[in-house]
Amino acid sequence: METKSGGTSIVPHAADAKGDSSYKSWGNYPQATHHRILRPAWMDEITGAVLRENAPLLAYGLGRSYGDSCLNDGGTLMDIRGLDRILNFDAEQGSILCEAGVSLGEILLTTVPRGWFLPVTPGTKIVTLAGAIANDVHGKNHHVEGTIGCHVEQFELVRSTGEQVICSREENPELFAATIGGMGLTGIILWAELRLKKIASAQIEMDTVAFASFEDFIRLSSDEEGAKYEYTVGWVDCLSGRKTRGIFMRGNHAKDGGLRTHPEKIKLSVPFMLPAFTLNPATIWAFNNLYYAKGKAKAGHSQVHYDPFFYPLDKVDDWNRIYGKGGFTQYQCVVPESEVAAFQEILERIARGGQGSFLGVIKKFGSVRSPGMMSFPRPGLTLALDFPFRGAKTLKLFAELDEVVRAAKGALYPAKDPRMSPQMFRLSYPRLAEFRKYVDPTLSSSFWRRVVEEKA
Amino acid sequence: MSQGLAILGATSKIAQEVARLAAREGRELLLVARNEERLEAVAGDARSRGASRVECITADLADVSQHEALWKRIEQAMPEMGAVLLAYGTLGDQDLAEDSVAYTLRELNTNFTSAASLLSYAAASLERRKTGVLAVITSVAGDRARRSNYVYGTAKGALTLFVQGLRARLFASGVRVLTIKPGPVDTPMTAHMKKGLLTASPKSVAATIYREMEDGKAEVIYVPAYWRLIMAGIRAIPESVGKKMKF
Repeated sequence: METKSGGTSIVPHAADAKGDSSYKSWGNYPQATHHRILRPAWMDEITGAVLRENAPLLAYGLGRSYGDSCLNDGGTLMDIRGLDRILNFDAEQGSILCEAGVSLGEILLTTVPRGWFLPVTPGTKIVTLAGAIANDVHGKNHHVEGTIGCHVEQFELVRSTGEQVICSREENPELFAATIGGMGLTGIILWAELRLKKIASAQIEMDTVAFASFEDFIRLSSDEEGAKYEYTVGWVDCLSGRKTRGIFMRGNHAKDGGLRTHPEKIKLSVPFMLPAFTLNPATIWAFNNLYYAKGKAKAGHSQVHYDPFFYPLDKVDDWNRIYGKGGFTQYQCVVPESEVAAFQEILERIARGGQGSFLGVIKKFGSVRSPGMMSFPRPGLTLALDFPFRGAKTLKLFAELDEVVRAAKGALYPAKDPRMSPQMFRLSYPRLAEFRKYVDPTLSSSFWRRVVEEKA
Repeated sequence: MSQGLAILGATSKIAQEVARLAAREGRELLLVARNEERLEAVAGDARSRGASRVECITADLADVSQHEALWKRIEQAMPEMGAVLLAYGTLGDQDLAEDSVAYTLRELNTNFTSAASLLSYAAASLERRKTGVLAVITSVAGDRARRSNYVYGTAKGALTLFVQGLRARLFASGVRVLTIKPGPVDTPMTAHMKKGLLTASPKSVAATIYREMEDGKAEVIYVPAYWRLIMAGIRAIPESVGKKMKF
């Protein structure tokens, strides 16, 4: 049942005078209090809402950005999960047109039975399509397919002037390029069209190989080796210091095995925040050892469903709660391949700091260029490390890592970041000045204010 | 209900979720709602998710004078109608209703009179075909009139009685009539209200409704089921106490 008058469903979600602090980022750090939450249910409500808004505004999807790029402290959040309709699925040509808040998981539920897969997928399917575009997400097939932005045909953007602009490579190409990886700052995406990938099976043929140095890893992901596999990724044990070791996973879509989708319901969950001491150097060390031993033992060939292959952590709802109230964060950087020594240096500094990192994920990016102006992936190697957030101690370590990344002419990823400096941001994104021309004056985020605005 | 499903008020949140479940099973759908653009979005969603056929009719369901013509179009669009779900309504504003008799009557028309009119046409259709399910979303609010929303409650209460009557009438022809009483659901209709522990998600409410329509046997369901108990308690409050309560 519903109100008959169109505009009423977007009335601000009841928040008391103190504001609403229920919307969080995935890392639970930093926290933000939003002055107002808007929950539109229909695309036709967005333009009016944007025109009425005078506080800084940001669209919020499934909150999987780790740091503060999905938060807007003191401002307004527009929760776009109500825009969850798949407007058209062309199962002949392989394209899907969805409202902004449709999740990648919902897309798979619809397309897999008809033999289509996401052209690019991040490590979780619990992200919205608009969020995936705003962060120009990448996956294990970056060396073949580039980022998700490479497969976006078109989308419609609402600007704070009230204009509704269709953007594609042909139409408004500058705004198209600024919005892909544009962190939600160029306007509110209403819908987007994505090209899909043909699959014959929902299964993945997977190989697992242990590696003992970054050179080993580079050899495994080299063009000759890597090109045989659409999906490649490595996991590194971050506590092993000089003795780098890891597990390399590579795979291709199988030719048989059926077109079964993932289960719609998540069975496991972390029902509450675990106490902070759950993750300490000893438990992390034990986990990494176990993970390595398990991976090494399983080395070889297997056929697995896409769900555990791409989304092992989606099996546990709210897994971020294992990090407790203090939250956690990720440090993800990319450096040119010639600078791989920087990764060794990073791991040594982490080992020395004794702060531990649960998962170190390493991937070689390819040279497929995204249309996105502010896209993070670029040719080179990327390393992503999770850390429990321990305040000043963590910040100090990250500042050290920044020096290493900067010396290696590397870059950091806003979607994962709660703390990079304006200088680090500038160095990471050479097209920043060009991008700023397309930022909508009404739109902003905690992240954006942190990295571009002068401190008063 | 293996044949087509007609949804009256197809752009309501609960109806959209029911349409998705039916679409995934490859069912035929007939969607009726007032806003054409929104209806098209819901229809596109149902087609994308697997509905074998989706027809749309744009109509103001509160406009009783058009019902006869509307029902003809509905029957033409879906001759093999296996089930009808009536899912529209407005929560209304109790304060406005107390200030304006015209508003009160309009709310009663939307939530009761117009529904009774459409259900009469639907009942006749299904009665002739001697098969099908007629499912109607009323509300727990119809179980007892309360100070804070008695206009809405009255309309839903009357609708509940009307549907009970249809059940008795259609029993002989083998048509199943299902009364659905949801508690508060997190939908645009309740966007202005504080959400509590008792607020259900539209997805789970729709799943219960669809399952019950498909293979259930119940006559009256509360969604979630615990509302049956809560409302039994609320109905048991004596008038002498109830009249002093503000909730």
